[in-house]
Amino acid sequence: MINLYEVTETNKMIAEENLDVRTITLGISLLDCIDSDLNKLNDKIYHKIYEAAKDLVATGEEISREFGIPIVNKRISVTPIAMIGGAACKTVEDFASIAKTLDKVAHEVGVNFIGGYSALVSKGMTPADELLIRSIPLALSTTERVCSSVNVGSTKTGINMDAVKLMGEMIKEAAEYTKEQDSLGCAKLVVFCNAPDDNPFMAGAFHGVTEADKIINVGVSGPGVVKTALEQVRGQNFEILCETIKKTAFKVTRVGQLVAQEASKRLQVPFGIVDLSLAPTPAVGDSVADILCEIGLEYAGAPGTTAALALLNDQVKKGGVMASSYVGGLSGAFIPVSEDQGMIDALVAGALTLEKLEAMTCVCSVGLDMIAIPGDTKATTISGIIADEMAIGMINQKTTAVRIIPVIGKGVGETVEFGGLLGYAPIMPVNPFSCDAFVNRGGRIPAPIHSFKN
Amino acid sequence: MNKTIITVVGKDTVGIIARVCTYLAENNINILDISQTIVQGYFNMMMIVDTNSMTKKFGDMADEMTALGEEIGVVIKCQKEEIFDSMHRI
Repeated sequence: MINLYEVTETNKMIAEENLDVRTITLGISLLDCIDSDLNKLNDKIYHKIYEAAKDLVATGEEISREFGIPIVNKRISVTPIAMIGGAACKTVEDFASIAKTLDKVAHEVGVNFIGGYSALVSKGMTPADELLIRSIPLALSTTERVCSSVNVGSTKTGINMDAVKLMGEMIKEAAEYTKEQDSLGCAKLVVFCNAPDDNPFMAGAFHGVTEADKIINVGVSGPGVVKTALEQVRGQNFEILCETIKKTAFKVTRVGQLVAQEASKRLQVPFGIVDLSLAPTPAVGDSVADILCEIGLEYAGAPGTTAALALLNDQVKKGGVMASSYVGGLSGAFIPVSEDQGMIDALVAGALTLEKLEAMTCVCSVGLDMIAIPGDTKATTISGIIADEMAIGMINQKTTAVRIIPVIGKGVGETVEFGGLLGYAPIMPVNPFSCDAFVNRGGRIPAPIHSFKN
Repeated sequence: MNKTIITVVGKDTVGIIARVCTYLAENNINILDISQTIVQGYFNMMMIVDTNSMTKKFGDMADEMTALGEEIGVVIKCQKEEIFDSMHRI
Protein backbone atom coordinates (compact mmCIF):
# COMPACT_ATOMS: atom_id res chain seq x y z
CA MET A 1 0.00 0.00 0.00
CA ILE A 2 1.05 3.61 -0.60
CA ASN A 3 3.12 5.00 2.27
CA LEU A 4 3.53 8.41 3.86
CA TYR A 5 6.92 8.98 2.21
CA GLU A 6 5.52 8.45 -1.29
CA VAL A 7 2.52 10.67 -0.66
CA THR A 8 4.77 13.42 0.68
CA GLU A 9 7.11 13.12 -2.31
CA THR A 10 4.28 13.51 -4.82
CA ASN A 11 2.68 16.41 -2.97
CA LYS A 12 6.04 18.17 -2.60
CA MET A 13 6.54 17.91 -6.38
CA ILE A 14 3.15 19.54 -6.90
CA ALA A 15 3.35 22.19 -4.18
CA GLU A 16 7.02 23.22 -4.34
CA GLU A 17 8.46 22.06 -7.64
CA ASN A 18 5.70 23.15 -10.06
CA LEU A 19 4.74 19.67 -11.20
CA ASP A 20 1.70 20.00 -13.39
CA VAL A 21 -0.02 18.67 -16.44
CA ARG A 22 0.64 21.45 -18.88
CA THR A 23 -2.25 20.83 -21.23
CA ILE A 24 -5.15 18.61 -22.15
CA THR A 25 -5.69 19.25 -25.83
CA LEU A 26 -8.80 18.01 -27.57
CA GLY A 27 -8.15 17.37 -31.24
CA ILE A 28 -11.23 17.79 -33.42
CA SER A 29 -11.48 16.91 -37.11
CA LEU A 30 -13.32 19.52 -39.16
CA LEU A 31 -13.24 17.52 -42.40
CA ASP A 32 -16.97 16.85 -42.19
CA CYS A 33 -17.68 20.61 -41.96
CA ILE A 34 -16.40 21.41 -45.46
CA ASP A 35 -18.90 23.45 -47.48
CA SER A 36 -18.66 25.79 -50.44
CA ASP A 37 -20.91 28.33 -48.68
CA LEU A 38 -18.84 30.39 -46.23
CA ASN A 39 -21.69 31.09 -43.82
CA LYS A 40 -22.69 27.44 -43.67
CA LEU A 41 -19.04 26.47 -43.20
CA ASN A 42 -18.59 28.84 -40.27
CA ASP A 43 -21.83 27.62 -38.75
CA LYS A 44 -20.84 23.96 -39.03
CA ILE A 45 -17.38 24.62 -37.56
CA TYR A 46 -18.88 26.49 -34.63
CA HIS A 47 -21.37 23.73 -33.81
CA LYS A 48 -18.95 20.83 -34.23
CA ILE A 49 -16.36 22.39 -31.90
CA TYR A 50 -18.94 23.59 -29.39
CA GLU A 51 -20.59 20.17 -29.11
CA ALA A 52 -17.27 18.33 -28.83
CA ALA A 53 -15.61 20.69 -26.35
CA LYS A 54 -18.39 22.06 -24.17
CA ASP A 55 -17.43 19.80 -21.23
CA LEU A 56 -13.65 19.95 -21.74
CA VAL A 57 -12.83 22.69 -19.23
CA ALA A 58 -15.19 21.39 -16.52
CA THR A 59 -13.85 17.85 -16.92
CA GLY A 60 -10.26 19.08 -16.73
CA GLU A 61 -11.04 20.95 -13.53
CA GLU A 62 -12.82 17.96 -12.04
CA ILE A 63 -9.81 15.68 -12.70
CA SER A 64 -7.48 18.32 -11.33
CA ARG A 65 -9.50 18.52 -8.13
CA GLU A 66 -9.82 14.78 -7.57
CA PHE A 67 -6.14 14.01 -8.02
CA GLY A 68 -4.82 17.23 -6.58
CA ILE A 69 -2.69 17.94 -9.67
CA PRO A 70 -2.94 21.28 -11.48
CA ILE A 71 -3.96 21.02 -15.14
CA VAL A 72 -2.79 24.39 -16.39
CA ASN A 73 -4.36 24.59 -19.85
CA LYS A 74 -7.31 23.13 -21.66
CA ARG A 75 -7.03 23.62 -25.38
CA ILE A 76 -8.40 22.62 -28.77
CA SER A 77 -6.65 21.73 -32.00
CA VAL A 78 -8.47 21.44 -35.32
CA THR A 79 -7.77 20.20 -38.85
CA PRO A 80 -5.58 22.67 -40.78
CA ILE A 81 -7.99 25.39 -41.88
CA ALA A 82 -6.41 25.72 -45.35
CA MET A 83 -8.02 22.35 -46.20
CA ILE A 84 -11.34 23.13 -44.56
CA GLY A 85 -11.77 26.61 -46.04
CA GLY A 86 -10.43 25.86 -49.52
CA ALA A 87 -13.83 25.46 -51.16
CA ALA A 88 -15.49 28.48 -49.54
CA CYS A 89 -12.78 31.11 -49.15
CA LYS A 90 -11.94 33.38 -52.06
CA THR A 91 -10.26 36.25 -50.18
CA VAL A 92 -8.06 36.70 -47.12
CA GLU A 93 -11.08 38.21 -45.34
CA ASP A 94 -13.02 34.98 -45.98
CA PHE A 95 -10.31 32.95 -44.28
CA ALA A 96 -10.06 35.45 -41.43
CA SER A 97 -13.80 34.99 -40.81
CA ILE A 98 -13.07 31.34 -39.95
CA ALA A 99 -10.42 32.53 -37.48
CA LYS A 100 -13.10 34.69 -35.86
CA THR A 101 -15.42 31.69 -35.59
CA LEU A 102 -12.64 29.69 -33.93
CA ASP A 103 -11.96 32.57 -31.54
CA LYS A 104 -15.62 32.89 -30.65
CA VAL A 105 -16.10 29.21 -29.89
CA ALA A 106 -12.82 29.15 -27.91
CA HIS A 107 -14.19 31.93 -25.70
CA GLU A 108 -17.52 30.18 -25.27
CA VAL A 109 -16.15 26.81 -24.22
CA GLY A 110 -13.49 28.52 -22.08
CA VAL A 111 -10.26 27.21 -23.63
CA ASN A 112 -7.31 29.59 -23.64
CA PHE A 113 -5.96 28.70 -27.09
CA ILE A 114 -7.26 27.02 -30.23
CA GLY A 115 -4.69 25.80 -32.75
CA GLY A 116 -5.01 24.77 -36.37
CA TYR A 117 -5.17 27.99 -38.35
CA SER A 118 -2.62 26.16 -40.43
CA ALA A 119 -1.40 25.08 -43.82
CA LEU A 120 0.78 22.09 -44.70
CA VAL A 121 2.89 23.17 -47.65
CA SER A 122 6.12 21.20 -47.31
CA LYS A 123 6.25 20.47 -51.05
CA GLY A 124 3.91 22.96 -52.68
CA MET A 125 1.09 25.40 -52.03
CA THR A 126 -2.45 25.17 -53.37
CA PRO A 127 -4.18 28.52 -54.00
CA ALA A 128 -6.10 27.94 -50.75
CA ASP A 129 -2.88 27.29 -48.81
CA GLU A 130 -1.36 30.49 -50.11
CA LEU A 131 -4.50 32.47 -49.37
CA LEU A 132 -4.60 31.15 -45.81
CA ILE A 133 -0.94 32.02 -45.28
CA ARG A 134 -1.57 35.54 -46.60
CA SER A 135 -4.52 35.88 -44.21
CA ILE A 136 -2.48 34.96 -41.10
CA PRO A 137 -1.51 38.56 -40.13
CA LEU A 138 -5.14 39.69 -40.38
CA ALA A 139 -6.43 36.58 -38.57
CA LEU A 140 -3.97 36.90 -35.68
CA SER A 141 -4.58 40.62 -35.23
CA THR A 142 -8.37 40.27 -35.16
CA THR A 143 -8.54 37.31 -32.78
CA GLU A 144 -7.24 36.63 -29.30
CA ARG A 145 -6.98 32.87 -28.85
CA VAL A 146 -6.32 31.52 -32.33
CA CYS A 147 -2.87 30.02 -33.00
CA SER A 148 -1.41 29.50 -36.42
CA SER A 149 1.26 27.22 -37.84
CA VAL A 150 2.67 26.47 -41.27
CA ASN A 151 4.67 23.37 -42.16
CA VAL A 152 7.15 24.39 -44.85
CA GLY A 153 9.42 21.36 -45.03
CA SER A 154 9.93 17.71 -44.19
CA THR A 155 12.59 15.02 -44.51
CA LYS A 156 10.43 13.26 -47.10
CA THR A 157 9.70 16.28 -49.30
CA GLY A 158 12.51 18.77 -48.80
CA ILE A 159 11.94 22.45 -48.07
CA ASN A 160 9.43 24.63 -49.90
CA MET A 161 11.55 27.77 -50.26
CA ASP A 162 8.68 29.76 -51.81
CA ALA A 163 6.75 29.19 -48.58
CA VAL A 164 9.84 30.04 -46.50
CA LYS A 165 10.14 33.35 -48.35
CA LEU A 166 6.44 34.06 -47.92
CA MET A 167 6.54 33.23 -44.20
CA GLY A 168 9.36 35.75 -43.65
CA GLU A 169 7.07 38.40 -45.14
CA MET A 170 4.02 37.23 -43.18
CA ILE A 171 5.90 37.27 -39.87
CA LYS A 172 6.90 40.86 -40.54
CA GLU A 173 3.34 41.73 -41.52
CA ALA A 174 1.87 40.02 -38.43
CA ALA A 175 4.34 42.00 -36.30
CA GLU A 176 3.26 45.21 -38.02
CA TYR A 177 -0.48 44.43 -37.59
CA THR A 178 -0.02 43.89 -33.83
CA LYS A 179 2.64 46.54 -33.15
CA GLU A 180 0.48 48.20 -30.47
CA GLN A 181 0.85 45.01 -28.40
CA ASP A 182 4.63 44.57 -28.92
CA SER A 183 3.99 42.44 -32.06
CA LEU A 184 2.20 39.80 -30.02
CA GLY A 185 0.68 38.24 -33.17
CA CYS A 186 4.02 36.57 -33.96
CA ALA A 187 3.98 34.77 -30.60
CA LYS A 188 0.99 32.81 -31.91
CA LEU A 189 2.62 31.80 -35.20
CA VAL A 190 5.01 28.89 -35.75
CA VAL A 191 6.85 27.74 -38.87
CA PHE A 192 7.58 24.00 -38.85
CA CYS A 193 9.66 21.33 -40.51
CA ASN A 194 8.36 17.77 -39.90
CA ALA A 195 5.34 19.03 -37.91
CA PRO A 196 3.71 16.23 -35.89
CA ASP A 197 -0.01 15.54 -36.37
CA ASP A 198 -0.68 15.05 -32.66
CA ASN A 199 1.18 17.87 -30.93
CA PRO A 200 -0.82 19.11 -27.90
CA PHE A 201 1.35 22.19 -27.32
CA MET A 202 0.61 25.67 -28.65
CA ALA A 203 1.19 27.58 -30.78
CA GLY A 204 1.95 24.66 -33.11
CA ALA A 205 -0.92 22.29 -32.35
CA PHE A 206 -3.19 21.15 -35.16
CA HIS A 207 -5.28 18.02 -35.65
CA GLY A 208 -3.65 16.09 -38.48
CA VAL A 209 -5.66 14.44 -41.24
CA THR A 210 -4.33 11.03 -40.20
CA GLU A 211 -6.12 11.37 -36.84
CA ALA A 212 -9.53 10.13 -35.65
CA ASP A 213 -12.62 12.35 -35.46
CA LYS A 214 -11.76 13.40 -31.91
CA ILE A 215 -8.75 12.63 -29.76
CA ILE A 216 -7.29 13.57 -26.37
CA ASN A 217 -3.60 14.46 -26.30
CA VAL A 218 -1.85 15.43 -23.09
CA GLY A 219 1.33 17.41 -22.55
CA VAL A 220 3.19 16.90 -19.27
CA SER A 221 5.79 19.12 -17.76
CA GLY A 222 8.01 19.41 -14.73
CA PRO A 223 11.41 21.05 -15.21
CA GLY A 224 11.32 22.03 -11.53
CA VAL A 225 10.97 18.39 -10.46
CA VAL A 226 13.97 17.33 -12.58
CA LYS A 227 16.04 20.24 -11.23
CA THR A 228 15.25 19.37 -7.60
CA ALA A 229 16.08 15.69 -8.19
CA LEU A 230 19.43 16.69 -9.72
CA GLU A 231 20.29 18.85 -6.70
CA GLN A 232 20.58 15.57 -4.77
CA VAL A 233 23.29 14.18 -7.13
CA ARG A 234 25.62 17.17 -7.48
CA GLY A 235 29.18 16.15 -8.36
CA GLN A 236 28.22 12.57 -9.26
CA ASN A 237 29.13 11.02 -12.62
CA PHE A 238 27.05 10.98 -15.82
CA GLU A 239 25.63 7.51 -15.19
CA ILE A 240 24.02 8.64 -11.96
CA LEU A 241 22.97 11.94 -13.52
CA CYS A 242 21.21 10.15 -16.40
CA GLU A 243 19.55 7.58 -14.15
CA THR A 244 18.15 10.36 -11.96
CA ILE A 245 16.66 12.22 -14.92
CA LYS A 246 15.15 8.99 -16.29
CA LYS A 247 13.48 8.04 -13.00
CA THR A 248 12.09 11.53 -12.53
CA ALA A 249 10.79 11.67 -16.11
CA PHE A 250 9.07 8.34 -15.53
CA LYS A 251 7.20 9.65 -12.49
CA VAL A 252 6.18 12.88 -14.20
CA THR A 253 4.95 11.05 -17.29
CA ARG A 254 2.90 8.57 -15.28
CA VAL A 255 0.84 11.46 -13.96
CA GLY A 256 0.26 12.62 -17.54
CA GLN A 257 -0.78 9.14 -18.59
CA LEU A 258 -3.26 8.94 -15.70
CA VAL A 259 -4.78 12.32 -16.52
CA ALA A 260 -4.97 11.43 -20.24
CA GLN A 261 -6.79 8.18 -19.51
CA GLU A 262 -9.21 9.83 -17.10
CA ALA A 263 -9.97 12.66 -19.52
CA SER A 264 -10.47 10.17 -22.33
CA LYS A 265 -12.87 8.10 -20.20
CA ARG A 266 -14.91 11.03 -18.92
CA LEU A 267 -15.19 12.85 -22.23
CA GLN A 268 -15.70 9.58 -24.13
CA VAL A 269 -13.03 10.56 -26.61
CA PRO A 270 -10.19 8.13 -27.47
CA PHE A 271 -6.79 8.69 -25.88
CA GLY A 272 -4.17 9.76 -28.43
CA ILE A 273 -0.74 10.37 -26.99
CA VAL A 274 1.20 11.76 -24.08
CA ASP A 275 3.78 14.32 -25.16
CA LEU A 276 6.88 13.86 -23.02
CA SER A 277 8.11 17.38 -22.84
CA LEU A 278 9.89 19.54 -20.36
CA ALA A 279 8.01 22.75 -20.97
CA PRO A 280 9.14 25.72 -18.88
CA THR A 281 7.07 28.70 -17.75
CA PRO A 282 8.26 32.13 -16.63
CA ALA A 283 7.62 31.07 -12.99
CA VAL A 284 10.76 30.83 -10.87
CA GLY A 285 11.84 27.19 -10.51
CA ASP A 286 10.07 26.07 -13.69
CA SER A 287 13.02 26.45 -16.04
CA VAL A 288 14.85 24.12 -18.44
CA ALA A 289 17.87 26.46 -18.40
CA ASP A 290 18.10 25.92 -14.63
CA ILE A 291 18.42 22.17 -15.23
CA LEU A 292 21.32 22.83 -17.61
CA CYS A 293 22.94 24.93 -14.87
CA GLU A 294 22.33 22.16 -12.35
CA ILE A 295 24.05 19.71 -14.73
CA GLY A 296 27.12 21.92 -14.38
CA LEU A 297 26.98 25.06 -16.52
CA GLU A 298 27.34 28.59 -15.21
CA TYR A 299 24.66 29.76 -17.65
CA ALA A 300 22.72 28.14 -20.48
CA GLY A 301 24.80 28.94 -23.56
CA ALA A 302 28.18 28.19 -21.99
CA PRO A 303 30.39 25.59 -23.75
CA GLY A 304 28.89 22.17 -22.99
CA THR A 305 25.31 23.41 -23.32
CA THR A 306 24.50 21.41 -26.45
CA ALA A 307 25.84 18.20 -24.90
CA ALA A 308 23.96 18.82 -21.64
CA LEU A 309 20.72 19.48 -23.52
CA ALA A 310 21.24 16.38 -25.69
CA LEU A 311 21.59 14.10 -22.69
CA LEU A 312 18.68 15.76 -20.89
CA ASN A 313 16.41 15.34 -23.93
CA ASP A 314 17.40 11.73 -24.41
CA GLN A 315 16.95 10.72 -20.77
CA VAL A 316 13.54 12.42 -20.57
CA LYS A 317 12.42 10.28 -23.50
CA LYS A 318 13.93 7.08 -22.12
CA GLY A 319 12.20 7.57 -18.79
CA GLY A 320 8.95 8.71 -20.30
CA VAL A 321 8.51 6.05 -22.96
CA MET A 322 8.00 3.28 -20.42
CA ALA A 323 5.54 5.37 -18.43
CA SER A 324 3.03 5.82 -21.21
CA SER A 325 1.33 3.44 -23.60
CA TYR A 326 1.38 5.93 -26.50
CA VAL A 327 3.98 8.64 -26.83
CA GLY A 328 3.94 11.29 -29.53
CA GLY A 329 3.81 14.99 -30.27
CA LEU A 330 7.06 16.86 -29.86
CA SER A 331 8.40 14.89 -26.88
CA GLY A 332 11.60 16.52 -25.65
CA ALA A 333 12.90 19.58 -23.86
CA PHE A 334 11.57 22.97 -24.99
CA ILE A 335 13.95 25.91 -25.04
CA PRO A 336 11.76 28.99 -25.47
CA VAL A 337 13.54 32.16 -24.47
CA SER A 338 10.81 34.48 -23.15
CA GLU A 339 9.00 31.68 -21.31
CA ASP A 340 12.03 30.56 -19.28
CA GLN A 341 13.56 32.76 -16.58
CA GLY A 342 16.90 30.91 -16.74
CA MET A 343 17.16 31.55 -20.49
CA ILE A 344 16.40 35.24 -19.98
CA ASP A 345 19.11 35.44 -17.28
CA ALA A 346 21.59 33.75 -19.63
CA LEU A 347 20.71 36.24 -22.35
CA VAL A 348 21.12 39.24 -20.05
CA ALA A 349 24.48 37.87 -18.85
CA GLY A 350 25.64 37.62 -22.48
CA ALA A 351 26.01 33.84 -22.38
CA LEU A 352 23.41 33.02 -25.00
CA THR A 353 23.33 34.01 -28.67
CA LEU A 354 20.97 33.22 -31.54
CA GLU A 355 23.66 31.01 -33.08
CA LYS A 356 24.07 28.97 -29.87
CA LEU A 357 20.30 28.58 -29.66
CA GLU A 358 20.35 27.27 -33.22
CA ALA A 359 22.98 24.69 -32.26
CA MET A 360 20.84 23.65 -29.28
CA THR A 361 17.85 23.04 -31.55
CA CYS A 362 19.81 20.25 -33.26
CA VAL A 363 19.43 18.11 -30.15
CA CYS A 364 16.12 19.08 -28.58
CA SER A 365 12.52 18.76 -29.57
CA VAL A 366 11.59 22.10 -31.02
CA GLY A 367 13.50 25.04 -32.37
CA LEU A 368 14.04 28.76 -32.16
CA ASP A 369 11.17 29.55 -29.86
CA MET A 370 9.83 32.84 -28.50
CA ILE A 371 12.82 34.87 -29.57
CA ALA A 372 12.40 38.65 -29.80
CA ILE A 373 14.51 40.34 -32.49
CA PRO A 374 14.74 43.97 -33.62
CA GLY A 375 11.67 45.24 -35.48
CA ASP A 376 13.73 46.49 -38.40
CA THR A 377 15.02 42.98 -39.27
CA LYS A 378 14.42 42.36 -42.99
CA ALA A 379 11.82 39.78 -44.10
CA THR A 380 14.50 37.96 -46.12
CA THR A 381 16.70 37.69 -43.03
CA ILE A 382 13.79 36.09 -41.13
CA SER A 383 13.31 33.71 -44.09
CA GLY A 384 17.04 32.89 -43.92
CA ILE A 385 16.74 32.05 -40.20
CA ILE A 386 13.70 29.88 -40.98
CA ALA A 387 15.55 28.10 -43.82
CA ASP A 388 18.49 27.28 -41.52
CA GLU A 389 16.19 25.84 -38.90
CA MET A 390 14.16 23.85 -41.44
CA ALA A 391 17.40 22.39 -42.84
CA ILE A 392 18.34 21.14 -39.36
CA GLY A 393 14.97 19.41 -39.09
CA MET A 394 15.06 17.99 -42.60
CA ILE A 395 18.55 16.53 -42.36
CA ASN A 396 18.17 15.20 -38.81
CA GLN A 397 14.69 13.74 -39.40
CA LYS A 398 13.24 15.65 -36.48
CA THR A 399 10.74 18.41 -35.85
CA THR A 400 12.12 21.92 -35.83
CA ALA A 401 10.24 25.16 -35.57
CA VAL A 402 10.67 28.91 -35.62
CA ARG A 403 8.59 31.25 -33.49
CA ILE A 404 10.35 34.55 -33.79
CA ILE A 405 9.04 38.02 -32.98
CA PRO A 406 10.40 41.08 -34.79
CA VAL A 407 9.21 43.71 -32.30
CA ILE A 408 8.21 46.76 -34.31
CA GLY A 409 9.70 49.98 -32.95
CA LYS A 410 12.18 48.28 -30.63
CA GLY A 411 15.85 47.42 -30.93
CA VAL A 412 18.61 45.42 -29.24
CA GLY A 413 18.84 46.05 -25.51
CA GLU A 414 15.16 46.87 -25.09
CA THR A 415 12.74 44.46 -23.44
CA VAL A 416 9.39 43.22 -24.63
CA GLU A 417 6.60 42.05 -22.32
CA PHE A 418 4.06 39.52 -23.63
CA GLY A 419 2.43 38.72 -20.32
CA GLY A 420 1.17 35.50 -18.75
CA LEU A 421 2.63 32.20 -19.92
CA LEU A 422 4.36 33.95 -22.83
CA GLY A 423 6.64 35.89 -20.47
CA TYR A 424 9.06 38.69 -21.37
CA ALA A 425 12.30 38.89 -23.31
CA PRO A 426 15.25 41.13 -24.03
CA ILE A 427 15.62 41.72 -27.79
CA MET A 428 18.46 39.69 -29.31
CA PRO A 429 20.83 40.90 -32.03
CA VAL A 430 20.59 39.23 -35.46
CA ASN A 431 23.49 38.67 -37.86
CA PRO A 432 23.35 41.82 -40.06
CA PHE A 433 24.64 40.31 -43.32
CA SER A 434 22.26 39.79 -46.22
CA CYS A 435 20.82 36.54 -47.61
CA ASP A 436 18.49 38.26 -50.13
CA ALA A 437 19.85 36.50 -53.20
CA PHE A 438 19.54 33.09 -51.52
CA VAL A 439 15.96 33.58 -50.36
CA ASN A 440 14.83 35.15 -53.65
CA ARG A 441 15.88 32.16 -55.79
CA GLY A 442 12.45 30.54 -55.44
CA GLY A 443 11.47 26.88 -55.81
CA ARG A 444 12.28 24.14 -53.35
CA ILE A 445 15.23 22.36 -51.82
CA PRO A 446 15.09 18.63 -52.78
CA ALA A 447 14.58 15.92 -50.17
CA PRO A 448 17.83 14.63 -48.66
CA ILE A 449 19.40 11.36 -49.82
CA HIS A 450 18.57 9.49 -46.59
CA SER A 451 14.85 10.04 -47.12
CA PHE A 452 14.85 7.44 -49.92
CA LYS A 453 14.26 4.39 -47.80
CA ASN A 454 11.84 2.41 -49.96
CA MET B 1 -13.40 -0.07 -3.28
CA ASN B 2 -12.73 3.59 -4.04
CA LYS B 3 -9.62 4.69 -2.22
CA THR B 4 -8.80 8.26 -1.36
CA ILE B 5 -5.70 9.56 0.39
CA ILE B 6 -6.25 12.27 2.98
CA THR B 7 -3.21 14.20 4.16
CA VAL B 8 -3.26 16.49 7.16
CA VAL B 9 -0.29 18.76 7.82
CA GLY B 10 0.05 21.59 10.34
CA LYS B 11 0.84 22.70 13.88
CA ASP B 12 -0.04 20.01 16.40
CA THR B 13 -3.04 20.62 18.64
CA VAL B 14 -5.58 18.65 20.67
CA GLY B 15 -8.26 16.77 18.75
CA ILE B 16 -7.09 16.88 15.11
CA ILE B 17 -7.68 13.16 14.53
CA ALA B 18 -10.96 13.29 16.47
CA ARG B 19 -12.35 16.12 14.31
CA VAL B 20 -11.26 14.51 11.04
CA CYS B 21 -12.57 11.08 12.03
CA THR B 22 -15.90 12.47 13.20
CA TYR B 23 -16.37 14.11 9.81
CA LEU B 24 -15.51 10.87 8.03
CA ALA B 25 -17.92 8.84 10.18
CA GLU B 26 -20.75 11.33 9.61
CA ASN B 27 -20.30 10.96 5.86
CA ASN B 28 -20.05 7.19 5.81
CA ILE B 29 -16.37 7.14 4.83
CA ASN B 30 -14.47 4.10 6.07
CA ILE B 31 -10.87 4.45 7.30
CA LEU B 32 -8.55 1.70 6.01
CA ASP B 33 -5.18 2.88 7.28
CA ILE B 34 -3.69 5.73 9.29
CA SER B 35 -0.06 6.72 9.70
CA GLN B 36 0.93 9.75 11.67
CA THR B 37 4.10 11.39 12.94
CA ILE B 38 5.06 14.59 14.71
CA VAL B 39 8.22 16.31 13.45
CA GLN B 40 9.39 19.37 15.45
CA GLY B 41 5.90 20.15 16.67
CA TYR B 42 4.37 19.65 13.23
CA PHE B 43 1.57 17.17 12.82
CA ASN B 44 1.80 15.02 9.69
CA MET B 45 -0.87 12.42 8.97
CA MET B 46 -1.90 10.28 6.04
CA MET B 47 -5.15 8.34 5.94
CA ILE B 48 -6.28 5.86 3.34
CA VAL B 49 -10.07 5.84 3.23
CA ASP B 50 -12.77 4.10 1.23
CA THR B 51 -15.26 6.55 -0.26
CA ASN B 52 -17.43 3.93 -1.93
CA SER B 53 -20.49 4.47 0.30
CA MET B 54 -19.87 8.18 0.76
CA THR B 55 -23.10 10.16 0.68
CA LYS B 56 -21.57 13.22 -1.00
CA LYS B 57 -19.83 14.12 -4.25
CA PHE B 58 -16.02 13.96 -4.13
CA GLY B 59 -15.62 17.68 -4.81
CA ASP B 60 -18.01 18.69 -2.01
CA MET B 61 -16.27 16.37 0.46
CA ALA B 62 -12.85 17.80 -0.51
CA ASP B 63 -14.14 21.36 -0.05
CA GLU B 64 -15.64 20.58 3.36
CA MET B 65 -12.41 18.90 4.47
CA THR B 66 -10.44 21.99 3.39
CA ALA B 67 -12.84 24.17 5.40
CA LEU B 68 -12.53 21.85 8.42
CA GLY B 69 -8.74 22.11 8.13
CA GLU B 70 -8.94 25.89 8.20
CA GLU B 71 -11.07 25.71 11.33
CA ILE B 72 -8.54 23.48 13.11
CA GLY B 73 -5.54 25.38 11.73
CA VAL B 74 -4.09 22.62 9.54
CA VAL B 75 -3.99 21.90 5.81
CA ILE B 76 -6.16 18.98 4.69
CA LYS B 77 -5.92 17.58 1.15
CA CYS B 78 -8.02 14.81 -0.40
CA GLN B 79 -6.70 13.05 -3.50
CA LYS B 80 -7.74 9.84 -5.23
CA GLU B 81 -5.22 7.07 -4.69
CA GLU B 82 -4.52 6.56 -8.41
CA ILE B 83 -2.16 9.53 -8.68
CA PHE B 84 0.18 8.02 -6.08
CA ASP B 85 -0.22 4.52 -7.46
CA SER B 86 0.62 5.52 -10.98
CA MET B 87 3.64 7.54 -9.89
CA HIS B 88 5.15 5.05 -7.46
CA ARG B 89 4.06 1.59 -8.67
CA ILE B 90 4.82 -0.14 -11.94
